[in-house]
Order: sequence, then structure tokens, then C-alpha cells
Amino acid sequence: MIEKSTAENSINYEKIEEKAAVRKKTANIVTYFFLTVWAVIVLFPFYWMVLTSVKSYSAYNSEYTPKFFTLSPTIQNYVDAFTTVPLGKYLINTVIFTFITTAAMLIVITLAAFAFARLSFRGKNAAFVLFLSLMMIPNELVIITNFVTITDLNMRNSFQGLILPSITSVFYIYLLKENFEQIPDSLYFAAKVDGTSDLKYLMRVMIPISKPTLITVAILKLIECWNSYVWPRLITDDENYYLVSNGIQEIRENGFGRENIPAMMAAVVVISIPLILLFLIFRNRVMAGVARGGTKG
Amino acid sequence: MTHRESSTDKKGIGDSSLRKKGIGELKGWLYLLPAILFLGIFMVYPLIDVFIYSFEEGYNSASQTYMGTGGYNYSYVLHDPYFLQAVKNTFILVMITVPLSTGIALLISVGLSFIKPLKNLFQTIYFLPYVTNTLAVGLVFMILFKKTPYSDGLINLLIGWFGGNSIDFIDGPYWAKMFVLCVYTIWVVLPFKILILTSALSSVNQDYYNAARVDGTSRLRTFIRITLPMISPMIFYLVITGFIGAFKAYSDAVALFGTDLNAAEMNTIVGYIYDMLYGDSGGYPSYASAAAIILFAIILTITCINLLVSKRKVHH
Repeated sequence: MIEKSTAENSINYEKIEEKAAVRKKTANIVTYFFLTVWAVIVLFPFYWMVLTSVKSYSAYNSEYTPKFFTLSPTIQNYVDAFTTVPLGKYLINTVIFTFITTAAMLIVITLAAFAFARLSFRGKNAAFVLFLSLMMIPNELVIITNFVTITDLNMRNSFQGLILPSITSVFYIYLLKENFEQIPDSLYFAAKVDGTSDLKYLMRVMIPISKPTLITVAILKLIECWNSYVWPRLITDDENYYLVSNGIQEIRENGFGRENIPAMMAAVVVISIPLILLFLIFRNRVMAGVARGGTKG
Repeated sequence: MTHRESSTDKKGIGDSSLRKKGIGELKGWLYLLPAILFLGIFMVYPLIDVFIYSFEEGYNSASQTYMGTGGYNYSYVLHDPYFLQAVKNTFILVMITVPLSTGIALLISVGLSFIKPLKNLFQTIYFLPYVTNTLAVGLVFMILFKKTPYSDGLINLLIGWFGGNSIDFIDGPYWAKMFVLCVYTIWVVLPFKILILTSALSSVNQDYYNAARVDGTSRLRTFIRITLPMISPMIFYLVITGFIGAFKAYSDAVALFGTDLNAAEMNTIVGYIYDMLYGDSGGYPSYASAAAIILFAIILTITCINLLVSKRKVHH
């Protein structure tokens, strides 16, 4: 009697396990299916822009029904993008703007974070609270006066005008300060005993230790600068100072004439590649950095 | 520096420590000086100034004079049909994209948490839109959805396969345009949400799941009873930042419909502010300021409501 029931039980167990395995397998297949579908949706615009950029102008315009591949790719559109419109100029401007802004910001925030993390002076806490409260102010509220200020200073259509308002970031000061504070006090006092000045200590000890955070901040800022659109649009109307975002808008509205979409897509590919490369190289760092302090949407 | 300090040491310990303290005080502010200068000029001053602008009536940006003070700018903006259109567009965009994008991000992150092979590859792909230029990729969406005399475009081709009629999503009816704007906005904001939710899910303590498995709890029940409450603070964080971000929508619309958003009936509140400031319809910093303050008030109200709701619903 007892033997029989155990035998039955064991059969049941096998069946249950089998059933569970099958269920798990189907769940997995369904999950992978949907994740793949979403990956295709995300990647498709990239595929389409590369595909369109290598189709010839005449081929593209003769396709009433768009084709999903091309057998005769051409690089003519890339040549056009650099010769017919000043895409090269836009790229150089963006590189200059991005690197100067990021470098200047790193200096300003490092000094400020050092003061908050390491030095002691009266009013420090009050100043820090004030800094933090500035984080809540949306850009849209201050951009109007900044536009007037830069216009009054005759800095429209200049790199100073583009760069100056985006040199400080309270959030990055905060991030860096947190990082600096994790460096043990004993190091600082040891350095003081040796007669090392504060600035030397900052340069020789704190910056090298905090290099990962500094690099993360720099990458986030590079991405932000490369994609910035609103401020450059307000402050520049001379094509010689356009950044890529405004450049692409200009290309769209007056560049090749509205119909040369393959050449436009070539420009889009050229603009997109630097950041995608940067992301693929520093993938983990970018994602960790954005998870800690990025916003978009 | 050290030499001078040692020479003061001879005078007396009290004196030197006092002077050192004085130098220290100054030094702290000196290190802060660049940041204070930049923040003062480009953040604190403008913040005060924007309120002043918004109450100066008939401001002339050429002569920098104004006629009087009062609430006229606000009343002008609130009665401007372009502003009302912008408010309507922005609210529709917010109400559609915030819940949808958060929901889709949740589904995808849960899916990601179930798998092991290829997880990194999927995560990398899903994050790509974050690092692309909104203006540039918007053009790709435009040509995918656009219907021209030469071609119906790819999306209309797909609609045709399923037996639908082709629509011009870029220059066509209002709802078609709003649809594209929502699709593109969701495509742009998802990477951030997926990233945040994926890391929230991976930090849920595995013991809870093991306990649930021992009890024989079903996957769905585990998800509703354990996972969802555990990550609810992060979901609310995303909802709040999502609302704020969506209320500030602008470049997505420009990317799809061009800079003349009023003509396309697709302007947003932020777009209205910039149009008032600069461009063909610009030169009115007072109206722009009033609109910016109205926007800020809206965002503040919504955020407060969100916080109140989250206090009641979120499991801490």
C-alpha cells in the first residue's frame, strides 16, 4: 500500500518537473522573442539611416516602395555631405565647443568639490545647501535672461557665448564632492605634515584617486555637449558657429534641397558615429554614470 | 608660503593659528569662486530677473525700456491661441508617453531580469538611443513616417501590408502627427528608464524570491507581491522625472516637424517660450518669461501631486 503510493508520487513528481521545465522553456522563448522584437525596433532606425545613406540619389527617389537593402552601395552621399554643405565646419565647431566646455567644467567643479570636501571655512554648509537648492531650477527658467545677457555682451555667434553658461554643474560638484569625501583624512594630514600645499595635494592625491568619477563626469558632459541644441540655436544664427544639431536642422531646411534624403542621412550617420563609438568603448562607465545621475526623459 | 608661516610662529602660537585660520577661510572661498561666479551670473541672477521680466509690461528689447508693471504678460500668454495649443499638445504628450514608456520599460526590464545569455547585448542595444543626437535621429523617424509624392514611406508600406490606408504622419492630420511625436518621444526616453529599472530589479534581495519559490508562489504573484513593491520607489522616481522631462519636450518635435512648430500645430510649451524669445516671432522676453513661469508652476504642481500620491502608495 505504502509502496504503491510512493511509486505514484514519484511518477507525479517527474510529471510535475517535466511540466515545469516545459513551462520554463516556453516562458524563456517568449521572453527572448519579445526582447528581440524590441531590439529590432531600437536598431531599425539606425539600420535605415545607414542603408539610406549608401543608396544613390536617383535610386532612392525611384523607389516608390522602399527597399530593405541595396545591391549598389555608394559613398557619393558622404562626399556630398562634406562638400555641398559645411558639415566639416559643424563638426569642428562641435568638437571645439565640447572639449573646451568639458575641460573648463572639470576645473571649476574640481576646485569647488575640493573646497566642500576638504577645506573648512565659515559659511561652508550654508553655501553647500544653497548650491544644492540650485539643482532644482529648470534650465528653461534661466535661459531667457542668459540669452539677453549674452546678447548684451555682444557674445552672440561666438564660442564664449556658447560655452560660458554651461561651464558649471551643481550636480557634478555634488557627485565629485561625495567621491572626494571617501578619501581618508589621514592622507591629507600626512601630506600637511610633509608641508604639501592644498593645491598640490589636490593635484597629486585627490585627482588621481578620483579619476574614475572624473572620467564618468567628463563622458556624461561630452554627450550632453555634443547633443546640445536649444542654447546653440538661440545664440547662433551665423552658420560659421553652428554645432551639429543646428547644422543638421539647417541641412534639413536649406541644405541639399529638401529632397536629397540620402545625403541628409549620410550627415546623420557622420554626426551619430562619434558618440556611439564613445559609448561602445566606455559602455559600463557610461551606463553606471547615467544610472547615478543622468536624466533624459 | 610655509616659510612665512614659520616666521609668524615665532611671534606666538595664538596669533599664528588665528592668521592661519584667516587664510584658510579665504582659501575655501577662493576655491569656490569660479563656481560661485558662473552660478551667480548664469543661474541666480537670471532666476530673479525672469520674475522681474514677467511683470514688466511692453518691454522693448532694443531700448531696454518698459511702460509699466503688472500682470498683462501673463494674461497675454494665457489668451494666446498658440500658447493654448502648446499647452494642449504638451499635456497630451505627457499623458500618453509617461505611462506608456514607464510600462514598456518595466516589461522590458522584467524580461531582461529573467534571462542570462545575451543580456549584456540586449542592454547595450536598448541604451543606444540615449547616446544619439535627438535632432539627427529625428530625421530618420521623419523619413520613415513621411509620405511624399515619390514614396509612401516605410511605415505606410507596413500599414499597407496589414490592409490599412496610407496617412502622411508628418504633414497630415493632427492625430497622426501626435502619434509620431509620441512614438519618437518614447523611443528616446526608454533607455534611461530601462537602465534604472534593470538596476533596481537586480538589487532586489534574492532571498525573497527563494522564499517565494519554496512556498510555490507563481511567477506572476511573486512579481505583484514582491518585485513590484520592492522597486516601487524607483518606479515613482521615473514617473516624477518622466513628467518633468515630458513637460519640457521640445527638440523631439523640432526634429520631426522643423523649427516652425506653430505652423505645424505641434508646438510645445518650451517651444513657445523659445519662439517668443527668438526667431521670426521673437523679441518678447517678457512674454517668454511669463510662459516660463507658468510652465514652472505647472511642473511644480504636478510634482507635488506625484509626491503626495507616492507617499501613500510607495512601499519604503
